[in-house]
Amino acid sequence: MVRRKAGELIEMKLAIASGKGGTGKTTVATNLAWIAGCNGRHVAYLDCDVEEPNGHLFLNPEITSSVPVGRLHPVVDEDKCTHCGQCGEICQYSAIVCIGEKILTYPELCHSCGGCRRVCHPGAITEVSRERGRLETGAAGRIQFIRGLLNIGEAMSTPLIRQVKAAAPGADLVIIDSPPGTSCPVIESVRGADLVLLVTEPTPFGLNDLKLAVEMVRAMKLALGVVINRDGSGDGRIRDYCCVQDIEVLAAIPDDRRVAEAYSRGILACDSVPEFRARIEGLWARLCDLPPASFMTLPQEARQ
Amino acid sequence: MSDLVTIQPPNGQPVKELVVISGKGGTGKTSIVASFAALAQGAVLADCDVDAADLHLVVDPHILRREPFAGGKRARILPDQCAACGQCKEVCRFDAVFLDGPGNDVVQKTFRIDPLACEGCGVCASLCPMEAIEFGPVLNGEWFISETRFGPMVHAKLGIAAENSGKLVSTVRTNARRIAEERGFALALIDGSPGIGCPVIASITGAHLVLVITEPTLSSLHDLERVAALTRHFGIPTLVCVNKWDINPQICEQIEDWVRDRGLVLAGRVRYDPAVTEAQIHGKTVIEYQQDGCAADIRSVWANVEARLEISACALRNGV
Repeated sequence: MVRRKAGELIEMKLAIASGKGGTGKTTVATNLAWIAGCNGRHVAYLDCDVEEPNGHLFLNPEITSSVPVGRLHPVVDEDKCTHCGQCGEICQYSAIVCIGEKILTYPELCHSCGGCRRVCHPGAITEVSRERGRLETGAAGRIQFIRGLLNIGEAMSTPLIRQVKAAAPGADLVIIDSPPGTSCPVIESVRGADLVLLVTEPTPFGLNDLKLAVEMVRAMKLALGVVINRDGSGDGRIRDYCCVQDIEVLAAIPDDRRVAEAYSRGILACDSVPEFRARIEGLWARLCDLPPASFMTLPQEARQ
Repeated sequence: MSDLVTIQPPNGQPVKELVVISGKGGTGKTSIVASFAALAQGAVLADCDVDAADLHLVVDPHILRREPFAGGKRARILPDQCAACGQCKEVCRFDAVFLDGPGNDVVQKTFRIDPLACEGCGVCASLCPMEAIEFGPVLNGEWFISETRFGPMVHAKLGIAAENSGKLVSTVRTNARRIAEERGFALALIDGSPGIGCPVIASITGAHLVLVITEPTLSSLHDLERVAALTRHFGIPTLVCVNKWDINPQICEQIEDWVRDRGLVLAGRVRYDPAVTEAQIHGKTVIEYQQDGCAADIRSVWANVEARLEISACALRNGV
């Protein structure tokens, strides 16, 4: 929760999401983390885009710990198995299948619900952990850095995202850099956030995906605000939409080739483009000044 | 399917699937797929980026058929029957159960399942001593068969905050292939999603060719490395195209060197061109919008991709 003392932001979980990919989530997340750190805040940056994490390229953290993280999947003791088929019946993911005298398991399909072990009366099933990715922690100056790295070929990223979030240290500002899209990995990333910042661009694709993201955040009953990136490169459709929907535009970052070039080289644009830095500082100031209630931009009918 | 003409595939040739992915989002994948559609003039389009689908915004599909999609199940506690014993909460591995449901004659509060957190495993429902948990399929979205000015299209809309996008991707892909077979198209052109997880795996497994659209940024190179490892893992031939290459020519060369070292094939470069956004605003592909600029680059990338697909132009035009 956001707690305040004398109008100051003390503790906040801020998720940065977008719907459409490549709109500037990581740019906003890393630069905002840096500016908040420069303002003396304890910041934790969580890279929840575990499929394609990029935050480390900009923050250059010193990684102090890198541990494999696993998830449970069933192993069947053939000697104890009576081939009753209960395990295959409860499994909703076809991760354990009983065909006649044969039990087959597919760990990559397993959601680790533990159902098969619970229903196995002869006690032939044990759950063992299998590595699915890595959890890395470190620091970039004042910023605590945590990221997850999903193993290649692993389909499910949500459990690792959960583990990244669970590893977050206490901080004034927790920034959650979420993956693109609007489905399970994004929902897992933004769940529990005090405010979801949706980064978009003023194009038809940007607006279409922003609408999907807004609907998702509203379905989760979370507060949201919008950041328009590459402002000026398209048209006014994002502003019109935000106005109609009563959504706060917390920052507009002008389209600037220098920002794109800084990004391409993996450097923080706020270090090299003063105008960009000013916008991020403005965003930080807005986040500190806004009363929590004004973050709520749910449509009228959903407000009670 | 009375609205669709059934024709044998040309010369019994199997339908080839080209999947365009990117690793990192926002590299221009969808704009390039739409341009390919305009150039191929005889491919079935499939938008497999189901949780942020944009292809329809430029190809303007006319929906002929819509189908509900039920991809998973959800548990729901019936407050009247719940005795608040808490077994469901104990067995749930997904933190989806909360003691904040309405009360009944026996207890003041009942348990409630957060549908957004529920993974649909059904363990709680099967173990509830009161049989107070309903467990059944939920609608997660819709998928469509449409006609566009470039040919048929299969696309989908994932429900708000829904999951199971991998299954919806498979549904879209299977139907695109089926329509291609039925109507004699040699190619299914698939717009994939960013990342390397479940929807991407569902869109590339068993495909003939993957084209990765990347951009000259270190982030994009990092993501390309991971997505190329994924296509190698599944043994799919992979081409790489550097979009907006002139944003940073030096990193563009770095990426191209990496691609060659890896034994992957370069499909070409596409320059940065504001016409892409202008065309998008006009609801057109950049190929229809202009002749020169990046449209010329995309034509030459398409020629390289077409050669790799080994589909003769004649076979492509056999499509109805």
